[in-house]
Amino acid sequence: MVGAGIVGAACAKELAEAGLRVAICEQNGYAGGGATAAGMGHLAVMDDSDAQFALTSYSQSLWRELAQELPAEAEYLACGALWVAADEEELREVERKFRFYQNRNVPAEILDSKQLAEAEPNLRAGLAGGLLLTADSVCYPPCAAGYLTKRAAATGGNIFFGKKVTEVSESGVRLEDNTFLTAGLTVIATGAAAVRLAPEIDVHPRKGHLAITDRYPGFVRHQLIELGYLKNAHSTTADSVAFNVQPRVTGQILIGSSRQFGVEDAVAEGPMLSNMLARAIEYMPAIADLSTIRVWTGFRAATPDNLPLIGARPGYRRIYLATGHEGLGISTSLATASLLADEILGRDSAIPRSPYEPSRSVAVHA
Amino acid sequence: MNEVDVLVIGAGPAGMAAAMRAQESGARVAMVDDNWSAGGQIWRGVQNSHTRTPAGIRMFWGTQVVARGTAERTLLLEDSEKAFELAFDKLILATGAREIYLPFPGWTLPGVMGAGGLQALVKSGLGIQGKTVVIAGSGPLLLAVAAYLRKAGARVKLIAEQATTKAVSSFAFHMVRYPMKVTQATALKLSLHGVPYLRGCWVEAAEGEGRVQRVRLRQGRKSWTEDCDYAGIGYGLYPNTELAALLGCRLRTNAIEVNEWQRTSVDGVFAAGECTGIGGVDLSLIEGEIAGYAACGDTARASRLFGARSRAKRFAGALDRTFRLREELRTLPRPGTIICRCEDVQYEKLQQMSSFRAAKLHTRCGMGPCQARICGVATEFLFGWRTDSVRPPILPVRAGSLITRKEFQQESSITR
Amino acid sequence: MPENLTIEVNGCELPAKAGMSVAAALFQAGEFRFRISASGQPRAALCGMGICFECRVTIDGQANCRSCQILVRDGMVIRTS
Repeated sequence: MVGAGIVGAACAKELAEAGLRVAICEQNGYAGGGATAAGMGHLAVMDDSDAQFALTSYSQSLWRELAQELPAEAEYLACGALWVAADEEELREVERKFRFYQNRNVPAEILDSKQLAEAEPNLRAGLAGGLLLTADSVCYPPCAAGYLTKRAAATGGNIFFGKKVTEVSESGVRLEDNTFLTAGLTVIATGAAAVRLAPEIDVHPRKGHLAITDRYPGFVRHQLIELGYLKNAHSTTADSVAFNVQPRVTGQILIGSSRQFGVEDAVAEGPMLSNMLARAIEYMPAIADLSTIRVWTGFRAATPDNLPLIGARPGYRRIYLATGHEGLGISTSLATASLLADEILGRDSAIPRSPYEPSRSVAVHA
Repeated sequence: MNEVDVLVIGAGPAGMAAAMRAQESGARVAMVDDNWSAGGQIWRGVQNSHTRTPAGIRMFWGTQVVARGTAERTLLLEDSEKAFELAFDKLILATGAREIYLPFPGWTLPGVMGAGGLQALVKSGLGIQGKTVVIAGSGPLLLAVAAYLRKAGARVKLIAEQATTKAVSSFAFHMVRYPMKVTQATALKLSLHGVPYLRGCWVEAAEGEGRVQRVRLRQGRKSWTEDCDYAGIGYGLYPNTELAALLGCRLRTNAIEVNEWQRTSVDGVFAAGECTGIGGVDLSLIEGEIAGYAACGDTARASRLFGARSRAKRFAGALDRTFRLREELRTLPRPGTIICRCEDVQYEKLQQMSSFRAAKLHTRCGMGPCQARICGVATEFLFGWRTDSVRPPILPVRAGSLITRKEFQQESSITR
Repeated sequence: MPENLTIEVNGCELPAKAGMSVAAALFQAGEFRFRISASGQPRAALCGMGICFECRVTIDGQANCRSCQILVRDGMVIRTS
């Protein structure tokens, strides 16, 4: 397993528990230090496409099971998600989403303007309504990744921290210090950095900013997302920001989000941050006076069709991919691990695997 | 946008000296300080020739630097009302130093403060009359604080200095070469008459119900407790380099690296005083003057101060050698002792971590609002860790202050 | 002479003097619990210079204000946790 982010850690645990002898190579000295550490940790069910719904919904059921055993520091919080409609047009989108979820047995409720204000008193007055997805939850991803890594180790897995993989071949991986680790099969799970090991895949870094406040318990109660978020998330070219705010177990408030293409520098950019916070304050004016203690950036691994690459690397027999999760890596990590293990072990899967097969992406862009 | 020739960050001795010299050289000067008056931590509330701000220098009190501004040579500042940018041609960093706090059981109890911290509280109005106080830690600051508190009416029970008697005596011997220091030391000695100054002694634990009521001290094989209302405990000073790091200035052993003109590795940015290395107030004043002159291109007057600076630096070297922290202080935390006070991370959790970054991500150490200013120094001492690189905001800031769009600032002034 | 002010701390009116920091006023009033820490311990000012954030209190409804950096104002409402 190359990478101990949430996806690599989940895959390692799954494969180790299925009886494989697993080794994880992680360039950092700890798990979850890349995009996993930068992410919000919203465990969402999404409705962009049937394939995305299937993966996120399956993964959410796996998270619910895992939640029972997650350590406290993984900060699992079943807070639900509230999609916020600013106007009548967005309210129609709420209704469409509601029917989508209802038809698929996902618990959902429509809130009118008054109910929305009661549910989240710090939202600005006059918003049209919202869609409450009660089953959505949040977690603190680095500790969740740490836990999954420990589980893999507890089942006999070897963890090599501080080992950067420079090359992957059919017979194993080469490390930065030039040692070669022989492996029956190798999984590349290094997020946006996967292209360094598999240059042919169509995965691009999509930069995001986040900010976190001091502790204000009760200020925000649900994961809040503006409906315009989808328009932003779908655009594959333009820079964008969206109101996306999350309550943490600590009482802190995580403020997002931004999306940028073609930027490789991790520096926090004033103008982007400024736009992002302005958007948040537009929806929640009182955020303006909250003490903001940290700002950071991260890189999502984006694919052209907004679906991850899970499965055999095209043209190779013993190399697999688990990357390209864009903003849903934490959400879909557990389902990814399950599907990958099914493919490797020749098992049937709970949902069809074909939408995420890496070959479809390569075929489109060959 | 505001525009000045020289912007000085920090109105302590170095900053004040720099600002006055720069103004003398004809520059338009502005100063920023998070306090409400000049003097920095050392001269907080003191009236002297260094803390009277000359007319013509624009003072931004109660103001903190948050980040770089939107354009080159600008900084984003925040006061209690608003955020604003300030443009400058030359920048002088005189960001001073903070106290070093080393964790021990009970150090989180209310009433246990820094030595300088307790002094600052008294200077900002806390009545200490008749209160029993123990002063401990390391360095000459302990004596100054004890004398100050005693004068303010406190019953200073004792001063516990972790350095050995031998080290402290040799330091006193070296001070003979600095007549000013000898005068100061004699004055201190007189004002502390009757207060035990215990060398090779430190606080092992603080105890009490809801607040400190006593501390347990150790000196060699002897261990005993002393009752107290407040304990002021500081283990020396640590340079404040966050702003310099944010601006890309090179650091050297925890301090800002400067050349003979007090210039940092970044063009147009100077630094002076404790943020360039702990050296005491005399060195800070001289460095500030050099920085002030040099920032205005007045190299002739700046270079005349080089000799004085060299002499003051020798004193700084002696200071450093004398008050080196002893190994035993590393063994004070118990498994349950809290190291990161913002997030309440215990020593035993940190012992399992390989680096500050690992600790941060997996235990929340350093994730709180102090941004590792306290636990970063402590874990550097305890584990040899280096903290993460500095990112904006360098201090917690109102979210609205990070919004630089003009149209929004107008809107927000209405909504707020 | 320092001007006498009145501040309200956790619902009780207390005298204070102009120029005093909120942290000094709290200690002076015998209030040694400025905030409750993440694990439930009482905490109060440590550094006295705005760096440690141990002295955070709620001032006039605004949570997480550093009491050592803010001067008392007449009628100020302070809440510790």
